[in-house]
Amino acid sequence: MLQKTIKLQINGCERVAAVDTRTSLADFLRHGLSLTGTHVGCEHGVCGTCTVLLDGASVRSCLMLAVQAEGHHVETIEGLAQADGCFHPLQDAFRDKHGLQCGYCTPGMLMTLKELLRETPDPTEAEVRDAISGNICRCTGYQSIVNATLQAARVMRMKKGD
Amino acid sequence: MTDLTLEDLPLVEDCAPEDLLEAPRALKKENVEVKPSQRRIVGESVPRLEDPALLTGQGHFLDDIALPDVLHVAFARSAHAHAAVTRIDVEAARAMPGVHAVLLMDDLESVVTTRRMPLSAAGAKNTTTSTPFILSNDEVAYVGEPMVLVAARTRCQAEDAAAAIEIEYDILTVVADAREAAKPGSPIVRRELKTNVLNSIEVGYGEVDEAFGKAEHVFATDLWQHRGCGHPLEGRGVLAEVRPADGGLYVWSSTQMPHDLFYALTGVLGLDENHLRVMTPDVGGGFGPKYCLYPEEFAVPAAARLLGRNLKWVEDRRENFLAAIQERDQFWKLEIAVDANAKILGIRGTLVHDQGAYAPKPVNLPYNSATALTGPYIVPAYYIEVQIVHTNKVPVSSVRGAGYPQAAFAMERLLDLVSYELGIDRAEVRRRNLIPLDKMPYTKPLKARSGAGLVCDSGDYLAAQAETLARAAWDDFPARQAKALAEGRYIGIGLANAVKGTGRGPFESGIVRVAQSGKVSVFTGATAMGQGIGTALAQICAQQLSVTPDSVTVISGDTTMSPLGIGGFASRQLVTAGSSVHIAAQEVAAKAVKAASAILRIPEDDLELVNGRVQSCADSTKSMSLGDIATALRGAPGYAFPAELEPGLEARVHWKTDALTYSNACHVAEVEVDIELGEVKILRYVAFHDVGKRINPMIVEGQLHGGIVHGIGNALYEFMGFDENAQPVTTTFAEYLLVTATEVPPLELIGGETPSPLNPLGAKGVGEVGTIPVAAAIISAVENALQPFQVRITQTPILPPTLFHLVRAAQAAPLKATITR
Repeated sequence: MLQKTIKLQINGCERVAAVDTRTSLADFLRHGLSLTGTHVGCEHGVCGTCTVLLDGASVRSCLMLAVQAEGHHVETIEGLAQADGCFHPLQDAFRDKHGLQCGYCTPGMLMTLKELLRETPDPTEAEVRDAISGNICRCTGYQSIVNATLQAARVMRMKKGD
Repeated sequence: MTDLTLEDLPLVEDCAPEDLLEAPRALKKENVEVKPSQRRIVGESVPRLEDPALLTGQGHFLDDIALPDVLHVAFARSAHAHAAVTRIDVEAARAMPGVHAVLLMDDLESVVTTRRMPLSAAGAKNTTTSTPFILSNDEVAYVGEPMVLVAARTRCQAEDAAAAIEIEYDILTVVADAREAAKPGSPIVRRELKTNVLNSIEVGYGEVDEAFGKAEHVFATDLWQHRGCGHPLEGRGVLAEVRPADGGLYVWSSTQMPHDLFYALTGVLGLDENHLRVMTPDVGGGFGPKYCLYPEEFAVPAAARLLGRNLKWVEDRRENFLAAIQERDQFWKLEIAVDANAKILGIRGTLVHDQGAYAPKPVNLPYNSATALTGPYIVPAYYIEVQIVHTNKVPVSSVRGAGYPQAAFAMERLLDLVSYELGIDRAEVRRRNLIPLDKMPYTKPLKARSGAGLVCDSGDYLAAQAETLARAAWDDFPARQAKALAEGRYIGIGLANAVKGTGRGPFESGIVRVAQSGKVSVFTGATAMGQGIGTALAQICAQQLSVTPDSVTVISGDTTMSPLGIGGFASRQLVTAGSSVHIAAQEVAAKAVKAASAILRIPEDDLELVNGRVQSCADSTKSMSLGDIATALRGAPGYAFPAELEPGLEARVHWKTDALTYSNACHVAEVEVDIELGEVKILRYVAFHDVGKRINPMIVEGQLHGGIVHGIGNALYEFMGFDENAQPVTTTFAEYLLVTATEVPPLELIGGETPSPLNPLGAKGVGEVGTIPVAAAIISAVENALQPFQVRITQTPILPPTLFHLVRAAQAAPLKATITR
């Protein structure tokens, strides 16, 4: 099996690792780096569960090879809260508004929404729904996720205004 | 030593003077206005205890568990729906890199007591000619049936090797349609069977023929109902750890039924119960498929025993499409007899239920459908004949709702038919037939699976419908519809009522234990799969012990921690486990007061439990914490123990029930149909639910939202397709459509809170009732929108191409276009 050593940033930290060239980014994160917060739901790029940010843009980590992440910055759920453990406003809002049930799709949802709120700080409900239309959740019916996102956006705008 | 008593224990002495004085005061300051012991915890939307870990990527789902030296498992599966297996050549696979073992059923023979699975949990001997094989090597009966187990160093090596196994088949005749399969002379799904009909049951009561004989009107309809798959976002998975020290085995499974698996595995593996522990880690959704036991759950532990190695199998989505249970198809033929005023006199008919190739569980699903048909309505006479028929497709068992959605759809379609034929408003037809409040509790002459009578115990169904109609502006709709039609828009409204029997017994375990730290643990056989059952049980326990919910830890789904347990299904856990925990926590509280009375020498009547301390009502400085009481009750070597007390600050309760408690719902959907695209857009969705006492309203609402959206999928999107050779043709989420956020309108929830008279919490189950009326309400609305074309819809789901062709057919032949698959 072909191996390659790759160098990349994970949640702001430089990492160097040897990976099989066939290994997906999702498997590398989960099993190579023990960052098991990124989940896989379909392994064919539809459900959005494995979404991470690559240089700030959401990608399906099941559809990408680890070697393709060489030289890039990958953000995962493990890096969403602040270093001191303080929740990101999305995490707070998801808890307040019951934006998760089984929690399996949640990391992918949060990473997708982090990108949305960076680009669209004051989204409409329709924009939130559109942003997560590539993330399947079987538990919540999405309404609480939408409500949580709108709340997080308000909080983030207020903080920015401070 | 023996002259010492409990009061002499140093710890009690130590805690008396200072510790006990400071803490209560500090706590009291925060609660000047509300007496802490009366603070309401049950009934509050307490943030979920499960969330912090899940929000930070710190959950522990099955594939997140890392064991040393684990081998990864993949299965070679049948490529054909029905075939005799003539040759399996594993040599090439065994030689592949990283491969440790390639195992056939014969290879597992030495570590199992049976080659096929037992039916439910009644022991290894309880196999039938319809329970699945652990590995099927002689004849395969559905695409995806597990045949060969490969264990390799990595998962990709295991999958590569599984693909390299050479299997030769003699293709046999495939049985793809349950209706054809039920006919005499049909080819048979498996050669060991003489007929495809697994079972025929008759359900009913009253004088049906007489009712039809005297009826003013009789109307008939044929219905096809399809419910697809469960699709939790986390698939199935099994991890087996061999324990060399004692020859034992730990098994983790992403299941709703750890105790079922425990009992079955002890039988199949011939293990002593004390050598096996089954655990559920965090479960990424259940929705029914994890209610069944599967061949993989036996093959992986058996192979681990054989190889003496830790093994992990994690299902991928394609396997989930092929080999996890589905609900799939029911074919109904129904007649309804009504009098001149649209009062129901009787219902009769037949139901053909597609069971798939095997029956891993008793056939509860069609039984539920048959007994649930009459739902919240008074039906004086009823008879249905049910045929449960094998086909060469993956086995069928419960998906969220478990046969109730089909029953509701059938009943509501009949009522819409009555309305349509008699020209009476759909809501009015229902109003005339709903069980009125003054007839509650209303006994239906049917039996639940437990044998107990089927009793709608409480709820005001008429008021529920009235409130829902008012909220949805039902009466104004014709005007809105006429206006839309004038603009060339086809909008429609539909309604449906439903009930769901919840809280299925016979019991669920609840063990409440206070640690010396004062922390409380709850152990239960209930299974957490995302519903927030841990938070709800913590609230129930915290209320009784006057502690905060976050000081309670709930450990569920672990057969060592909770030796007895039933599991997660039938909207049962809050009612059953909740009642057990409620009573157990009450017993612990009473015991704490009794112990404190003995230790502090204060009469029990003069003590109260406040903020996790038992204190004197008169003088709160005289108190003991629950932790100190637990410490005292743990005993000390050689010291006397008060005769009136039992060791341990804990209680163990198995609250029992045979009855079901009924949640009820009324839904109104407003839709718009694009007749050029066959597309349905939901404009508005109003849903009433009465689920009894709400322990955590936020969680209840979340369950209802999720349930409704599952129902939307069943009405408009989810279709598990097979071709004529029973080859699955929708095996990705791009082909099998789950509802996404953009298809769902804001859901308007309203509700009542009629306490259940059947359990100490007054609670009713909430996991499924939201799903049950949805397809009925939406299809009714779609049909209403298409009134100008006079179409009748007799199926669910209704996908765009079907709807498009239905409208086209109606336009070409303007009378009644009916579709039946």
